[in-house]
Amino acid sequence: MMPELGKYAGTVLSAYGISLLLLLGLVGFSVWQARRVKGRLDRAEQGRDG
Amino acid sequence: MSLWEYANPKKFLATTVPVVPWVFGAAFGCLGVGLIWGFFLTPNAERFQSTVKIIYLHVPSAMMAINAWAMMLLASLIWLIRRHHVSALAAKAAAPVGMVLTLIALVTGAIWGQPMWGTWWAWDPRLTSFLILFLFYLGYMALWAAIEDPDTAADLTSVLCIVGSVFAVLSRYAVNFWNQGLHQGASLSVDQAEHVSDVYWQPLVICIAGFILLFVALVLLRTGTEIRARRIRALQARSLRSEVTT
Repeated sequence: MMPELGKYAGTVLSAYGISLLLLLGLVGFSVWQARRVKGRLDRAEQGRDG
Repeated sequence: MSLWEYANPKKFLATTVPVVPWVFGAAFGCLGVGLIWGFFLTPNAERFQSTVKIIYLHVPSAMMAINAWAMMLLASLIWLIRRHHVSALAAKAAAPVGMVLTLIALVTGAIWGQPMWGTWWAWDPRLTSFLILFLFYLGYMALWAAIEDPDTAADLTSVLCIVGSVFAVLSRYAVNFWNQGLHQGASLSVDQAEHVSDVYWQPLVICIAGFILLFVALVLLRTGTEIRARRIRALQARSLRSEVTT
């Protein structure tokens, strides 16, 4: 299953590991921030209406 | 229907909110297929051995790092000329995405460079202009955070964006301008003789499509967040004013 990476296995795997970590971190943070701000706005608008 | 209708925050949110999950889905689909194909199903290259697999991350991220700045430039110009808040907020929303993509390009380039060039870093024209572009991203984000009045922040960051565009262009064309340094020319070219061989090119194109879609999804999501955050600030300011008058 695992491709033959030879003596550069560490190089290739670390490039993939760091990149995917950064990408997933960015997506996760953006989604978390979007939900948090939407919740805050919903509460602020309810407070204004109520 | 005019494109400028989307400059209305409500219209922008109503249009993008249902679309964003689909764009994320398409992005993850392309990235999944492209990266699995590139990592597991392509052979090692004769010269670069297995490190050739790093191009599936390095090339699309570097490409999008520059294109993200180009998108920010366009949005900044729209703000300066037409004063549409959504365009200023879209530029603000794109900056962290572009910064992370630039970081990925720099890190994967350094990881690849160590075994291939014998060094993590060289003051090569393309590498140096990319590092300066990364610093411009950080400076752009810091400027937004440092200025309290959002319109003033949008004005000043737009000017910074125009100045930084010089380095975005240099990052792309430095190899052609100076024709020196360690970094090779473009991996993708319309000239069949110049671009990487088809066995690597096909998954690379899918990865590029994935990075473009991921960028679009993140910018739409983050612009929506910025619009809502702006609305919260407006509501807080309004309630503060009514407290002062009563």
